Amino acid sequence: MSETTAQDGPMLAADGTPLKVSLQRALRRQKLRAVFLIAPLLAFIVITFVMPIADMLYRSVENSIVPDTLPRTVAALEDWDATSGEMPPEEVFAAMHADLVIAEEKKIHTRVGSRLNYETPGISSLFRKTGRRADRMDEGNYREQFLDIDKDWGDVEVWATIKRYSGTVTAGYFLNAVDAELTAEGVQMKDEDERIYLYLLWRTMLLSTLITLACAVLGYPIAFLLANLPLRTSNLLMILVLLPFWTSLLVRTSSWIVLLQQQGVLNDTLVSLGIVGDQDRLELMYNQTGTIIAMTHILLPFMILPLYSVMKTISPSYVRAAKSLGATDWTAFWKIYFPNSLPGIGAGAVLVFILAIGYYITPELVGGTSGIFISNRIAYHISSSLHWGLAAALGVILLSVILIFYYVYDKIVGIDNVKLG
Amino acid sequence: MKFTYLAAASAAALVVASAAKAEDMTIVSWGGAYSASQQNAYHEPYMEKNPEVNIINDESSAEAVAKLRAMAEAGNVTWDVVDVVAADAIRLCDEGLAMEIDPDTMLAPAPDGTPASEDFGDLLVSDCFIPQIVYSTTFGYRTDVAEWNGNEPDDICDVFDLENFPGTRSLEKRPINNVEWALLCDGVAAEDVYDVLSTEEGVDRALAKLDTIKDSVIWWSAGAETPQRLADGEAVIGSTYNGRLFSVIEEQNQPVKMLWDWQVFDLDGWIIPAGLSEERKKRALDYIYFATDTQRLADQAKYISYGPARKSSAPLVGKHAELGIEMAPHMPTDPNNAKNTLLYNYEWWADNRDDLDAKFQVWLTQ
Repeated sequence: MSETTAQDGPMLAADGTPLKVSLQRALRRQKLRAVFLIAPLLAFIVITFVMPIADMLYRSVENSIVPDTLPRTVAALEDWDATSGEMPPEEVFAAMHADLVIAEEKKIHTRVGSRLNYETPGISSLFRKTGRRADRMDEGNYREQFLDIDKDWGDVEVWATIKRYSGTVTAGYFLNAVDAELTAEGVQMKDEDERIYLYLLWRTMLLSTLITLACAVLGYPIAFLLANLPLRTSNLLMILVLLPFWTSLLVRTSSWIVLLQQQGVLNDTLVSLGIVGDQDRLELMYNQTGTIIAMTHILLPFMILPLYSVMKTISPSYVRAAKSLGATDWTAFWKIYFPNSLPGIGAGAVLVFILAIGYYITPELVGGTSGIFISNRIAYHISSSLHWGLAAALGVILLSVILIFYYVYDKIVGIDNVKLG
Repeated sequence: MKFTYLAAASAAALVVASAAKAEDMTIVSWGGAYSASQQNAYHEPYMEKNPEVNIINDESSAEAVAKLRAMAEAGNVTWDVVDVVAADAIRLCDEGLAMEIDPDTMLAPAPDGTPASEDFGDLLVSDCFIPQIVYSTTFGYRTDVAEWNGNEPDDICDVFDLENFPGTRSLEKRPINNVEWALLCDGVAAEDVYDVLSTEEGVDRALAKLDTIKDSVIWWSAGAETPQRLADGEAVIGSTYNGRLFSVIEEQNQPVKMLWDWQVFDLDGWIIPAGLSEERKKRALDYIYFATDTQRLADQAKYISYGPARKSSAPLVGKHAELGIEMAPHMPTDPNNAKNTLLYNYEWWADNRDDLDAKFQVWLTQ
């Protein structure tokens, strides 16, 4: 001890390097090895998961198609005042002609038309029609020639839209996703009969909450039985829980169609028992009821399994102790057992709710028109209407809702209390 | 030693396998009975003639436009030939995602030497589109509905008549065809339908007519849903593609009949994606030349009740390959079925689809 303190300078390792440096080197090597080991996984996640999602989300604000396709028009429109109510000058029309000729050759004029059509209906056909004839125009006096092709080119709103959406990023998709639009007077809500997304988002939340509640109510007693029955019986019960879990989602959904439809098994049974008349069969399918029933069934294992794993760890001696101190069955359950099982309910609820909010196959098949979720609209815009910007914006909103929900949940219950097994 | 030998052998096998795959050709279509008819009529004879080619069936036609767009953006087109409806072909062509076709040099002439452009005639609706079949969207109804008191619908407007023909309808979950039928039954003459639809009041009028039956409608998004619902008795009348109804009626013997009144004609055919390598393009064109000649188009009608797109194929249409019944009376183009027909206006829909779809979807959720 006294020798080392007597030494000047740092402590040295056996090979003469300072101990601190040598330790750091060893630790660095260890860290590097750890990074090296997870590198393939990291690369895999970044390339196949993070990048595509980030790219898709970026589309919710991306608008480069307008400035890229119509660069001259965008530049020429800069000096034009959209609120003046006057048509843009001849130079703008000439610029538009030059842009359209190039765009038509590259066949991208319809794409920019579709883009602007999202903001002002009718522009898509304007671009299609004009693109076809752009390269056959005479030089000079373009304004008249444009108006000849379609008088809508004289509509100030068309030009105002082009000017408004000439930036490389736009809030337009997000506004659309919350039923609003950017007009000359600023951001406004759309007409009552065009609003759809806020309502759908609300319905998605509401139905998901109902489904989560139904799963908790149905799953709790089953998990309780699983955790407390003798092993032989509980194994059998566990298989009954897992068997549907292993069955394809589509198979389970279509079986519900067979069971629930108006000419289905359930209705037929009720009619033959005389409980309902043949004329007033129950409507259990192609509406919200169908979505709730089928999704509760499909998501039930996600509630039961975490609940079970938590209940399994609750020692039976707690309840026994409570009873020995004079508690009734109910008090023992409510004061002792239930609080101990809360982390399981929490885990199950988070799992079921987050899964439910993003579901779309089951609502699509059994939800009719009143039982579909916002994800069905996202799927529709991705694969049918090809309105990817709006789909991305809706996706961002859905993702944020889940993150907010997660945050609030963490604040109230604490994510550390969630036990999945 | 043994291990290295095995490894070398399996490596060699892999090389052989990938060499055999060099001539893979991915053909995209709609699946089900339709793909089967193409397999029988085109793919198998073609592979017999060209043993080095291996045709792979993909069933993604319903999302063809979206997927081709994504492929073009990624710069990696993996499809060689794609089966799409005419409206999608027009969209793909406009966006430069499909190759332009010169019918007279790239397609086979009729047996009597008539050039392809004449043989296909008006059905060449886009520069990129090679028509294959004429199909129609039409109605089927159950024949055993007690509440109808022995009546059978013979008029498209019976679909909107809940009093005489009560029961659940099965309609497509998009405005195309539905709004046309609604206007026809609201007293609009067939030639004025698209003029009326071009105004906002016209669209509202069509939706108002649909409103009268909205509570009795289940909506479909896949062509197989209506036949299924008719067979289950879940719906008593519903629209779908005529070939699907044919298979429910003739192949599955369900108590269902056709209502051909105001069937809506549509076309289905091939496109070749733009941006293929020279070699793949050549092979795709070779396939198209073979698969769209007069005999081949007539052959397809042996397996499915869709009318061949060539005039010269019509007289060659014979009997169903398995059932042995005459196919001609089941074709949408048969004069008995085609008394009232609507050829739907591609250009109008290309221009107005986005707007009307949005409006229709809002109407549905309300």
